[in-house]
Amino acid sequence: MCGIVGLYLKKKSLQNKLGLYLSGMIDNMSSRGPDSAGFAIYNNNRSKKFYKYSLCVNDKKTSDKFAKDIIQHFNDIKLENISDHIVVTTSVLHQKFISYLQTNFKDISLVGYGKSIEIFKQVGNPKKVIKKFKLEKFSGSHAIGHTRMATESAITVDGSHPYSTGEDECLVHNGSLSNHNNLRRQLLKKGKKFNSLNDTEVAAGYISQKLSEIKSTKNTLKDCLSNLDGFYTFILGTNNGFAVLRDEIACKPAVIAENNDYVAVASEFQAMAHLPNVNKANIYEPEPGVVYTWGK
Amino acid sequence: MGKIIELNFKKNSLRKINNFLQNINYRTNKRDYTIKNPSGQHAVCAGLKEDIIVKIRGHVGYYCGGMNQKAKIIIDGNAGTGLGENMMSGTIHVKGNVSQSAGATAHGGTIIVEGDASSRCGISMKGVDIIVKGSVGHMSGFMAQSGTLLICKDAGEALGDSIYETVIYVAGKTKSLGADCIEKKMNKTDIKKIEFLLEKGNIKKLKPNNFKKFGSSRKLYNFNVDNVSEY
Repeated sequence: MCGIVGLYLKKKSLQNKLGLYLSGMIDNMSSRGPDSAGFAIYNNNRSKKFYKYSLCVNDKKTSDKFAKDIIQHFNDIKLENISDHIVVTTSVLHQKFISYLQTNFKDISLVGYGKSIEIFKQVGNPKKVIKKFKLEKFSGSHAIGHTRMATESAITVDGSHPYSTGEDECLVHNGSLSNHNNLRRQLLKKGKKFNSLNDTEVAAGYISQKLSEIKSTKNTLKDCLSNLDGFYTFILGTNNGFAVLRDEIACKPAVIAENNDYVAVASEFQAMAHLPNVNKANIYEPEPGVVYTWGK
Repeated sequence: MGKIIELNFKKNSLRKINNFLQNINYRTNKRDYTIKNPSGQHAVCAGLKEDIIVKIRGHVGYYCGGMNQKAKIIIDGNAGTGLGENMMSGTIHVKGNVSQSAGATAHGGTIIVEGDASSRCGISMKGVDIIVKGSVGHMSGFMAQSGTLLICKDAGEALGDSIYETVIYVAGKTKSLGADCIEKKMNKTDIKKIEFLLEKGNIKKLKPNNFKKFGSSRKLYNFNVDNVSEY
């Protein structure tokens, strides 16, 4: 099953409510995915110079050591602890940062990085997960969320969505892919790295690879229609906004509500029933095999 | 009949509301009920058995009016997957759009959709009449066995795939026909049936001659000894 949600705010004045609205959406979708939950928040307010690295640290000891060591190693480091995640804001480029992490802190997993994205995910009931990360306090321009009913791989943080395999990119998925093992092998040859045996991580890696080659979200997702085999409704988040794609059989649900204030996407309408004026919004289902995009 | 409760999802649970509506004494005088704040919940008005009218103000989730008998359910909004699934009789009238598999396996009664229906509308239907004033998505009428599907606008890909004895009427364009589904010649019975459905759906702009008829060519569902190697 799994539940996916996405919210793009058209009105700037609503940005401080992004987390609040999204927490309601994820909460309502916990019936579709009780095993784990995750969300990605895009906030473009910070300076273009800085990167944000979202890290998941499972034990306190590592967390303390990391906080001590990294400040000595790099100059401009700002740390923010949110539950078992740490968001590092720094001007250090990702190649340098990731290689430091891989050599010195193998137990810390990099959940995602970029100039505007922050990602949080954890196993457990979605209601508890969003409470732990205090999702309702986040603000930003757009966000994506996921509630997981595990089918393809184990219930771990690495097996949870959203998957981020490129700068400011992330993917959530409802469905299952049947050619992910083949695709993973092909992508490994091209130098992509994977942290889990999950099918969605492969789709995310494939999309990142294609995005770097063809530079267009729309064409990248169109390409998925011929190269990803299986069932899917995807929400792909980028720095500018998000995109939605359903496979051509379209047995995985999706509904979109759009008005002058926001665009909301979810697996079921009940996920968005709490949004303001949603009953008067333009509500429709995305057509199978058609790419929908929002954002600049 | 139990105590009258407020049919408002902000005040009562789905189970309480459904339980109340499912156990109405047929001798009661009150026949009209209104449900407020459904907020896309699933299984609203499932399993109703009495000749009552229920108006739902707002959008509903999956399987609304499933297994319905006798009741008239009016939805002032959109409906999710499996509207009127396995309905036996009565009417479901949706003012907005409906998601996939509307009227799945429904045996009788009428479903009227003012807007569009998504994919697999009338999948495996077994006697229900479905009137869609807009268009339907792909694989509508899949394995449909009996009853009528009237589509006032267009039909998506693979209409009537593996169809049995359901009759499909389409006023607009049909993207493609599924396996074993063919266009058929209209006869007097068809014209009468379309007139009956147009009246039921209060559709004044269309006449029976605006429609094309589709049904089974009956090549797929009978055992044919010449095709034994194919089975």
